[in-house]
Amino acid sequence: MTPNIAASLYLISGVLFILALRGLSSPEISRKGNFFGILGMILAIAVTFFSVDIFSNGFIFIMCALLTGGAIGAFVAYRISMTAMPQLVAGFHSLVGLAAVLVALSVFYNPEAFELGEVNNIKIGSLIEMSIGASIGAITFTGSIIAFLKLQGLMSGSPITFKGQHLINLLIGVGIVFLIFYITKEQSNFLFLLLIIASFLIGILLIIPIGGADMPVVISMLNSYSGWAAAGIGFTLENTALIITGALVGSSGAILSYIMCKGMNRSFFSVILGGFGGTDLSSLEKNKNRKPVKSGNAEDAAFLMKNASSVIIVPGYGMAVAQAQHVLREMVDILKKNEVKVSYAIHPVAGRMPGHMNVLLAEANVPYDEVYELENINNDFSNTDVAFVIGANDVTNPVAKTDPQSPIYGMPILDVEKSKSVLFVKRSLSPGYAGIDNELFYRDNTLMLFGDAKKMTEEIVKSLN
Amino acid sequence: MEIDPLIFRLSIFVLSIFVGYYVVWSVTPSLHTPLMAVTNAISSVIIVGAIVAASGFNIESGFELSNIFGLTAIVLAAINIFGGFLVTQRMLQMYKKKKRK
Repeated sequence: MTPNIAASLYLISGVLFILALRGLSSPEISRKGNFFGILGMILAIAVTFFSVDIFSNGFIFIMCALLTGGAIGAFVAYRISMTAMPQLVAGFHSLVGLAAVLVALSVFYNPEAFELGEVNNIKIGSLIEMSIGASIGAITFTGSIIAFLKLQGLMSGSPITFKGQHLINLLIGVGIVFLIFYITKEQSNFLFLLLIIASFLIGILLIIPIGGADMPVVISMLNSYSGWAAAGIGFTLENTALIITGALVGSSGAILSYIMCKGMNRSFFSVILGGFGGTDLSSLEKNKNRKPVKSGNAEDAAFLMKNASSVIIVPGYGMAVAQAQHVLREMVDILKKNEVKVSYAIHPVAGRMPGHMNVLLAEANVPYDEVYELENINNDFSNTDVAFVIGANDVTNPVAKTDPQSPIYGMPILDVEKSKSVLFVKRSLSPGYAGIDNELFYRDNTLMLFGDAKKMTEEIVKSLN
Repeated sequence: MEIDPLIFRLSIFVLSIFVGYYVVWSVTPSLHTPLMAVTNAISSVIIVGAIVAASGFNIESGFELSNIFGLTAIVLAAINIFGGFLVTQRMLQMYKKKKRK
């Protein structure tokens, strides 16, 4: 295959990837989009097979590697639970990062295979491109591993901070720039490995100070990094498909980070600096002298909802942890039979990653046209009879609108307090992720339903029947 | 003076960022999780580099370091490609319109 034909076909596969993302603009055409993505990938791999003469030597090894990886990937994809999706995506990011590092390394050790010069005499431009690709790839790799460990609960979600942290990060960052500069002067293996090790290190240091609450931003950010790493390698290999994809993924991740930051009213910079998510003890102390809360049982809740004409469900990550989504849908089905209008309200940061809650509801067979984003449903609370909050907390806290001192001040919240009555399913009065008390618990129109989200919903279903 | 091919690649890169920007904003928020899974899968097109790295060896001298890096990268990227596309497909199946009885 001539290089010109190969390059044109790579371009086509890049266009197919654009169509794959375009398909996600609506659920109806999304499966077709995914098919385009798969087609693009098959095309890219096939073109590579034909343009390097590998059928003579080593084809068998490559197929073995491909099938081994494919089998592992397919196995994981079918077994993973939807609750664990954030961890899975973080894990996938780490693999993209490491793959970028490995490809850069093999270019560095064997540039002849890529027609990029000889060992110790690689073109300066290619050197800079692959150093940047390798460095971002390495940061993505270790950063995603830390994110994975935090999301999986193998590592505490609370931020790890120490004195001089930002200074150390800055020094390593400057060091990386210098290393890239010296690599262009003197192409030594030692310097290249040092660059990768320094990048591994900064990947860890960048993510450990970021608390559990900010994980949606972190995953999106690492998504973006994995794209830039791929683009860097794409420049090195002079491969259009890789450059287009890298740019797409890079901007996609950046947009998602922006949306997540806005959903929490946090600046991207303050997320990166970390340290958010510890418990604010002072506000807890203050609330100890508050008036008692009203608490009810499943029968009260069932009675209220059965006699309501409209109910809005506000699910949060707690619902997913308790695996209450299926029984929740059962409850909604009964309510609908009783002529109650039910819809779901989703906060942008309701899950642990962008759009996580929507997937969890879809898994429980909730039709997606009953699920509304914050800006589309927030005005409806004022003429709703019952808001049913299950597993959510901070995203309903009115303090975000009233108290400039609060760490979540300015965050867009769901106006559940405007509905006639609020049902709050929660284990205890403990604060949420942001570590602040929710004044909603103490309002007159709030009824607390203490208990496990799943058990409580099951009891409500029983009482409804 | 001839234009450096790097400039062409840079043009593709910059324009793709803009395409990505507009395409991703048009993605409905309820599909953001599948979006991340599928971007994962497509960024693993880096496998093309890994295949080139793994293929350039001859039988007599055996594996060189760069071949081993290449083969390892193929495994990692393949996990991502299969895992990413399949898990996206699995999620998108859940968004199918259900006929309620």
